[in-house]
Amino acid sequence: MLRFILRRLLQMVLAFFGTTLIVYALMFAGQGDPIQALAGERPVTAAQRAYLTEKYHLDATGVGGFFYRYFDYLGSLVRGDLGQSLTGRQISDILAAAWPVTLKLAVIAMAVTVIFGVTAGVIAAIRRSGVFDHATLVVTLLVLGIPTIVLAPLAQYFLGVRWPIFPPTAGAQPSFYALLLPGIVLGSLSLATALRLTRTSVTENLRADYVRTARSKGLRRRRIVGVHVLRNSLIPVITFLGVELGNLMGGAIITEGVFNVPGVGFNLFRGIRTEDGPLVVGIVSVLVVVYLLSNLVVDVLYAVLDPRIRYE
Amino acid sequence: MRVRRLAAWAALPLAVTLGLTACGSGGGSGGASNPDAAVRIEIAEPQHLVPTNTNETSGSQVLSALFSPLVDYDEANKPHEVAADSVTTSDNKVWTIKLKPGYTFHNGEKVTADNYIDAWNYGAYAPNGQNSSYFFEKVAGYDDLQGETPKAKTLSGLQKVDDLTFTVTLAEPYVDFKSMLGYTAFYPLPEAAFSAPGVLAEGYEQAPIGQGPFKMKGSWQHDAKVEVERYDAFPGQQPKVGGVEFRIYQQPTAAYADVLSDNLDVIKTIPTENLSTAATDLGDRYQQSPASSLQVLAFPTFQEEFSKPEVRKAISMAIDRDEITKSIFKDSQQPARSFVSPVVAGYRENTIGTAGAFDPVKAKAVYEAAGGPKKIELSYNGDGGHKDWIDATCNQLKANLGVDCVGTAEPKFADLLTKLKQKQPVGLFRMGWVMDYPSMENYLGPLYSSTGSSNYYGYSNPEFDKLLAEGARAASEDEAIKKYQAAEDLLAQDMPVIPLRYGQNNFGHSTKVKNVHVDLFDRVDLLKIEIA
Repeated sequence: MLRFILRRLLQMVLAFFGTTLIVYALMFAGQGDPIQALAGERPVTAAQRAYLTEKYHLDATGVGGFFYRYFDYLGSLVRGDLGQSLTGRQISDILAAAWPVTLKLAVIAMAVTVIFGVTAGVIAAIRRSGVFDHATLVVTLLVLGIPTIVLAPLAQYFLGVRWPIFPPTAGAQPSFYALLLPGIVLGSLSLATALRLTRTSVTENLRADYVRTARSKGLRRRRIVGVHVLRNSLIPVITFLGVELGNLMGGAIITEGVFNVPGVGFNLFRGIRTEDGPLVVGIVSVLVVVYLLSNLVVDVLYAVLDPRIRYE
Repeated sequence: MRVRRLAAWAALPLAVTLGLTACGSGGGSGGASNPDAAVRIEIAEPQHLVPTNTNETSGSQVLSALFSPLVDYDEANKPHEVAADSVTTSDNKVWTIKLKPGYTFHNGEKVTADNYIDAWNYGAYAPNGQNSSYFFEKVAGYDDLQGETPKAKTLSGLQKVDDLTFTVTLAEPYVDFKSMLGYTAFYPLPEAAFSAPGVLAEGYEQAPIGQGPFKMKGSWQHDAKVEVERYDAFPGQQPKVGGVEFRIYQQPTAAYADVLSDNLDVIKTIPTENLSTAATDLGDRYQQSPASSLQVLAFPTFQEEFSKPEVRKAISMAIDRDEITKSIFKDSQQPARSFVSPVVAGYRENTIGTAGAFDPVKAKAVYEAAGGPKKIELSYNGDGGHKDWIDATCNQLKANLGVDCVGTAEPKFADLLTKLKQKQPVGLFRMGWVMDYPSMENYLGPLYSSTGSSNYYGYSNPEFDKLLAEGARAASEDEAIKKYQAAEDLLAQDMPVIPLRYGQNNFGHSTKVKNVHVDLFDRVDLLKIEIA
């Protein structure tokens, strides 16, 4: 097991450098004139331009310039310095403020997904073709069909403004309650997928030979479903949830914007809009680490759930 | 059965009591309003909170609470003294600024002439990379502070006379200098702002110390809020609220939802998608006031096909401004037919004359006689919500001039400017202008003079340049305005750009505040706002 984790960790280092190189290259290629983007529609003074150009090595252009800037960036990254955003703030400070909020949001979304999605999936599978099964099918199709960009403002308008059950926005240092609505919105998409996935997987396993064997041995139904079926059915669900955790971290751009949650997505959006290269690359680098770590956790969980995987 | 009924009877009074308590507490906080409470105003995350480095509205909204300007503007947008006792000159070149006594910074330091001189020198010194550095370019000695290794560290034009008086010598006479002094860049900085002479202390920006009606409460909480509270030792006009919480929003729609549910007090710009319902959502809490912005379609006059003024005028004549303002902007902007905004002294209605009157028949005749191009391209930045009106304009040009017209979106305005600087053919392009201080010159000089910082059209008219220079040297503001108006008339003949629309502030507020005013700089007037 330990060797397995070590090998995965080594692979992560390579993956990390590969992805940051790609992200950096994309940002470098897509960058028009970041100094002008920062100033919006106002003219930029020569002094300001010279100052920022020198500070961020923006005069280093072309292929040579790219590698110069990339290695410069990597050098500071290895020293634990994420650098400064174009507005002069330390990116590590920005992230330190943004991560806890996004993490809270993701945890709520994840909890919503697991509690409602997996439970409802199991129930739907056991009572296949029943009323509950059909009802959840309709609801999940509906939720899957509405993109977050529509769902979030709708939820905000109806549950925040028209019938003020939740506060319409979360704002600074949001309470658990204020994050609940954005969390539910964020979680609802993966909830639908998790539900369908669980249902299919459980249905299949209920028909498996070992279930028949267990039943014929006289095991109680609760034990069959709770231990035997669930353990085997959760492998695809956990794969999905693991990838989804990464998505929740980075993909909260829309939800965080609509509900004014000052998290990672909120900052990433601003960074992209103002062509703030250092900020975008900094955030994405950390996101890459999150993705890699959640994938590692998924793989370890595989091994826990299915001993055969452990010995490969 | 019996037990259940009993429970119901017991629950009823409990529910009633709970309901009453809820009403009671709600009514109590609503009825007896606390005038010293803080109001909550929406801003975006400021880029900087240093006066000479702040040139966007969110930052300057916060600084307007923390600082008191030398001059402010009255109803007619003429400057009057606030922190200054007097601003005088005899020749428009040497200006004497006397400060009112009694002003103190929030850390207790007295405000002296040195605080202004130090702050301005810091702002003008190029290696400090301040965004508003160019505001000092009219002051004598500015050039010596430029370049990578400047010759000097201080402006030779700034001289201290005594503790409360200093003089500013300009490189060239400039009649509107007093108006300029109202801009954010001209606030003073306390000694505590500097860690060494000319070096801004690390962390000053996180909790700026000013001499204004409000002081910082805690420090700038990035992406979340900036809180200020009333500074009781402020000698000027005291605000009517106890403090202000500037809440940071990334998306205006979120702020709008908060105003609807009284979670936020003021939204300065109602998002476009909510404009059509704002009047029903907010009633008389939806308000409009003049803004200084001017939207134009500009010509790359260096291109052969747009070099004739007749072609440019014909295109202007073929555009139905009123229709577009009404159907696309829902009257949230006003049609424009002059090169300066109605908010400045010297504005005249309809200076472009016949070119501004919608006349498709005449437009087509003039256009064909002058040999205008068969295909017109309108370039704009795709991130600013301009697509609708550009497409509408294109359709009008197609119908009225019989030309082929396409709207071309560039990802950002910066990309458009880069192309223009390289003189790439982009066709007509949209431009917007927001004034820095109320003066006709600010709408003319930077945009159309041969060396103007935002002259992207390649427009150059020596006579125009001469009139602007004469205006700046004029003995009085009225004489200056005459010169500027003559210059504007030249523009009307040459039409380097087509004026289209004047901007308006469209703002809204909650039921918890009253007397909300948004000024020409998109800032809420913090001295007028009150708790309702």
